[in-house]
Amino acid sequence: MTDATQLVGNTRSTRKAGRYVYIASVVLLCAWVLVPLYFLLINTLSSPETVNSFPKSFIPEFDLGSLTFFAGFEGMLTALKNSIIVAAITMVLSVLIGAPAGYALSRFDFRGKELFRMLVLLTRAFPLPLLALPLAVLFIRTGLDDTAFGLALVHTTLAIPFAVLITFSLFSGIPIELEEAAWTLGCTRLTAFTKVVLPLILPGITASAIFAFVISWNEVFASAVLTIENRTLPAFLLQTLGEAPLHLKFAGGFILVVPALIFIFAVRKYLFAMWGIANR
Amino acid sequence: MAQIQIKNVAKNFGGYQALHDINLTIEDQEFMVLLGASGCGKTTLLRIVAGLETATTGEVWIGGKRVDHLAPKDRGIAMVFQNYAVFPHLTVFENIGFGLRMQKMSNEEVTRRVERTAGLMHIDQLLKRYSGELSGGQRQRVAVARALAMEPDVILMDEPLSNLDALLRLEMRAELKGVLAESKTTAIYVTHDQVEAMSLADRISVMHQGKIIQAATPIEVYRNPAAKFVAGFIGNPPMNFLDATPAGDGKWTVAGQVVDGPRVNLDRLQFAIRPEDIQLAEQGMSATAKVVEPLGAHLLVTCHVDGTSFRAVLDSDLTVRPGDTLMLSPQPDRVRWFDPETNLAVA
Amino acid sequence: MNARLLPYMLILPVTLFLGVFFLYPFVLVAQQAFSGSDGFSMANFRDVFSYWKFPISLKNTLLLAAIVVPVQLALSLLMATMVSKMKKGRDLVLYVWTIPLGISDLAAGIIWLAIFEQSGFLNSMMSGLGVIDQPVNFLSYQHPGVIFLAIALAEIWRATAIMLVIIVAGIGLIPKEYYEAAEVFGASPWKRFTKITLPMLRPSLQTALILRVVLAFEVFAVVAALGGTLMPVLMGEIYAYQFDLLNSNAAAALALVVLALSIAFTVIILRVLRVPKGASI
Repeated sequence: MTDATQLVGNTRSTRKAGRYVYIASVVLLCAWVLVPLYFLLINTLSSPETVNSFPKSFIPEFDLGSLTFFAGFEGMLTALKNSIIVAAITMVLSVLIGAPAGYALSRFDFRGKELFRMLVLLTRAFPLPLLALPLAVLFIRTGLDDTAFGLALVHTTLAIPFAVLITFSLFSGIPIELEEAAWTLGCTRLTAFTKVVLPLILPGITASAIFAFVISWNEVFASAVLTIENRTLPAFLLQTLGEAPLHLKFAGGFILVVPALIFIFAVRKYLFAMWGIANR
Repeated sequence: MAQIQIKNVAKNFGGYQALHDINLTIEDQEFMVLLGASGCGKTTLLRIVAGLETATTGEVWIGGKRVDHLAPKDRGIAMVFQNYAVFPHLTVFENIGFGLRMQKMSNEEVTRRVERTAGLMHIDQLLKRYSGELSGGQRQRVAVARALAMEPDVILMDEPLSNLDALLRLEMRAELKGVLAESKTTAIYVTHDQVEAMSLADRISVMHQGKIIQAATPIEVYRNPAAKFVAGFIGNPPMNFLDATPAGDGKWTVAGQVVDGPRVNLDRLQFAIRPEDIQLAEQGMSATAKVVEPLGAHLLVTCHVDGTSFRAVLDSDLTVRPGDTLMLSPQPDRVRWFDPETNLAVA
Repeated sequence: MNARLLPYMLILPVTLFLGVFFLYPFVLVAQQAFSGSDGFSMANFRDVFSYWKFPISLKNTLLLAAIVVPVQLALSLLMATMVSKMKKGRDLVLYVWTIPLGISDLAAGIIWLAIFEQSGFLNSMMSGLGVIDQPVNFLSYQHPGVIFLAIALAEIWRATAIMLVIIVAGIGLIPKEYYEAAEVFGASPWKRFTKITLPMLRPSLQTALILRVVLAFEVFAVVAALGGTLMPVLMGEIYAYQFDLLNSNAAAALALVVLALSIAFTVIILRVLRVPKGASI
């Protein structure tokens, strides 16, 4: 009797202890992600003098000096503008090119479907930024070198497998009967698509577009290889890494991180759905 | 006026023959049910009529016009889907009016028709709702209303009631029958539920392995199944079969009894009788009761006759125990005969 | 429109695009790598292999992948299991854990630079605790181990999220009934994890590992931000061949080496984690 109570008491206390370990681990892992970001924030919101001084305060002083310096640095704003342009083109291209293929994969059985899927999946097993090397030569020949559009083409290659797979999973989530019902109610394939399918997947398409934007926004290697005058922000930062002062690096890193954070927040719902299907 | 003619339609799915040379005429305003187990080709046939699937060979005619090369929207049909296919991003009103809007009908006309059909299906209270806010039964009503609002020549229904629970299905079945009779449209209705088929159909086409085995009125299919498959498929429990050997002069020996049968020159036949057409008698086929199931209205007894499993539906007042020996007498005018080689009925 | 042609018309843009910007460039890389002064030649490879930095950068790249990827795998599996039984705050925790997904390798390098640089937070903390009197220049040639550690940490910090997402999505696809059945049969949580979760997760693990290993071989900007030229890696050497040494043939040859490594590991992962036919969910 006493043994039994003791046993129950023991398991209860171990369970309770386990619960604390569990919560502590979750909090710790959250801190592991957030604290380095916080450090970057402190450095960004401190004056250049503070950034280069020692020891560091663990509270930001809310000084816009570093950011002002960043904005005033020769070529930085142009690089920022280039980044946005390249990412925007990548976003549009990858959705326009990728979505039809996603639709085809989800709706049709056709000869060569598996081969096509393999081609798309294969791209994930290759170090794609390396493509920039031969393309650099090719682009010089075609006049695409050092242009936002040329770089966007390479970034689209990076983003397209994702666009195809995300839209594939989105279209697969729309029952084909909805389209068939629309056809029997007087729609053509096209009007059924625009009146029924499109309104239903628009949020998902937006997510896929945002994902493409982030891929382009973050890409360093190909950008550094393919642009010289019209550098994107990551490429520009990479180039100045050697000689740039610390506060410039941190402000630049911060500007790189912020849009990505917002975008990941916007598409968080789709992150898991898309990888679930993409694996099958 | 919309008669549907299906002429020599066959469908091959990459080596798998889903439909073999189907010929079927559905008269104007007729309610035709395609009945069969899953995989028999009934849905494929319906989808070929709708234009959602193309036949490998053959023709489809609706209202005297050949339609097999036309898109679904140009065939004068409306369809109700198994999972309802109510558009989630539109209200009930816009769902029902969807087809009308596609025809560029005026706002007043759309409103008039939507309200009328919604009233018919008792969903006039739900017009502002979205699909997510409806129950399965309500969605079903929206789907039917959406089809009816088109005032189509032909309405096609693919297992429309199979996702509803039993009670609701019963209610919707009666309602559907009334509404469709009133609308005077020709209807093709696909189901695997024989009770549904019997209760709704003007004619039933029983399908098996991509072929129509029998197309006839429900009572004809029930009373005079054209093939052993139909006899075994229709009726719950299905027909009983026993081997029969010729006893000369149109007589046949079945389970030790000599009975009247067809005058055909075959050395074996199958004797068939429905469980409900069997009575207990002083004299008859000797049967050993194996399982006794009291079903309230009657007693279902599974027994062994001549080494074959055999079911009889008996009066519920009777007391039968497993192991009892029963004398069973089939009602003579209800006995049917099948050729064991072709599995077809023999008169 | 002909329904049979429609799917091909829909995949045409992607096929063309990948043909021109994916397959064709690979042909070009190969061509460039094997081209010498007079046609076909292995000279570029000889150059690349005999360069004194090649063994070091190869070793660094492989070692980094060998340390980072297993840690990430273990960490993401742990995080995914923790999330799977979370009731309250699951969305928030998942969001926080996936934040690094949107952060570029360059930004991650800069973030960890803020910690490891001479006037950085690690030094501030250590001096605050009285461990050191003078700030240490961790990221100098005197501390190669610390540089390696910083790069590894930055990589683990940045790229665990992508594995986490893939694994969480994969776990979501495993029907709950399997766990309930296993529990009825008396399987402990650990047994349930090794006997159900892991085998059922094979397709997801495949994807996650391939993606991560390939990305690990591409490590570049993190290294550039934290180690500069103090820790050579393959991608960095390719970049150096292209821009500093202006030898694009050698860059192409080295690119082929990275490519070969990636393909070899992809094949190995596919092999080891293959799902027998008919055994998928």
